[in-house]
Formats: sequence, structure tokens, C-alpha cells
Amino acid sequence: MTEHDAPAADPRDDLPHHLPAMRAFAISLTRDLTAADDLVQDTIVKAWSNFDKFQSGSNLRAWLFTILRNTFYSDRRKRRREVMDSDGVHAATLFVKPAHDARLAMTDFLGAFNQLTPEHREVLVLVGASGFSYEDAATMTGVAVGTVKSRVSRARLRLCELLGLQAGEDIVAEMDGATKAVMSRSTTQAA
Amino acid sequence: MWGAMAKPKDTAAHLKDAIDENLRKIYHEILNEDIPDRFKDLIEQLRKKEGGK
Repeated sequence: MTEHDAPAADPRDDLPHHLPAMRAFAISLTRDLTAADDLVQDTIVKAWSNFDKFQSGSNLRAWLFTILRNTFYSDRRKRRREVMDSDGVHAATLFVKPAHDARLAMTDFLGAFNQLTPEHREVLVLVGASGFSYEDAATMTGVAVGTVKSRVSRARLRLCELLGLQAGEDIVAEMDGATKAVMSRSTTQAA
Repeated sequence: MWGAMAKPKDTAAHLKDAIDENLRKIYHEILNEDIPDRFKDLIEQLRKKEGGK
């Protein structure tokens, strides 16, 4: 197999090139390596039988990601009760604010990320990590651009909440009450 | 003392950057992992089924 960046004449030849990204996306949705690999496998099979519907010249990765997330959500609907139960358990877990550290610890971050809803994890990975535009992400997830934008910002806010960080406030240091009062006055004036 | 502190707006932007940086780090870590053979085998199988396109 050769590494190449230019699209091949047959999109099937480009599929292996996108497998690492598909896997990363699948892991972020399923939060489980085995489930992620099963999801990637199902996506490959579905993509293969639908390649005649792929418009050559369009974004193959976006097309594959769309099949992947649609498969994920349709599987999830089938197993709804089971999934809701496990989400409930995750949501009940509280995360502790990383003490005296301006940097987010990766394990804390991942723990909080995994507590987000799949819709929030999805937009964060599409827009925040893989660099898709809001427009591409909207097409892939089948919602309006404005919905993607508000989802991304809500997802970031929720992450901050889960990490015990309040957006718009200082994460650099622990603040005492007096400092907070000054800060909140200044925020009100600025708004 | 107040002047040395970051303004709320800056810290919000900083927080957003930190989140995106972490997301990219995690994402790229997975990207660099080896792809399991099962996917290469599967593609091989699909090609054969198709009659060697």
C-alpha cells in the first residue's frame, strides 16, 4: 500500500488512508476500543456497498465520517435503554477540579469528555480536533450550521463545568472571595 | 495587582484553546496508532468478493 495525498481514481483505494481518522472518531463516540473497531468495521462494509453513491471529487473523509456516525446513532437507538443506563452512571460521577494547576490534566480532561453526550463529543471532535468547518460538520450531522455552533459552545461549557472550571473566570489560580467580587463586578461592566 | 491578572475574556479564550489543544492531542495520539489487521483483511475480502476491481 502506498501513502498518497492526492485522491485516487477509485475512492476504494483511498479508504485505508482514512482508517486512522475513522478509528479516532469512532473511539470518541463509543468511548470503547472494541465497540469502536466494530463500528469502523461496519462502516467499511456499508461504505463499500455504497461507493457508487459517492460523488468523486467530494470529501471522502466527510462521507466516511457521516456513514460512521449514522451507524453509531442507529445502533444506539437499537440499544437505547442499555445506553441510557450507562450514561446515567457516568453522569453521576463527579470530577474534582485539578488543584493549583492552570493546565488541564489529560486524564481529568478525558474523564470529563467521556461524560459528555455523544452529540457534544461528536461536534468537539469534528470541529475542535479534526478541523472540519462548521458547514461540513453541519452537513455530516444533518443539522443547521447554527446548531453546530451552539452545540460546540455548549459542549465546551459543559466540559468546563465537569472539570470544575467556570468559563469566563480565571482558571489560573484559586481565588478568594474578595478577588471574585472584583472579578464579577468587572465582568458585569464589560458585558 | 489587578493589572497582573488576566481579564475574564482572555481566560475564556485561554480555556477554549486549552480544550481544543487537548482534543487535538488525544485525537492525534489515536491517529498514530497502528491500524488493526482486521481492517486490511476485511478490505481485501471485499475486493475479492467484488471480483477484483
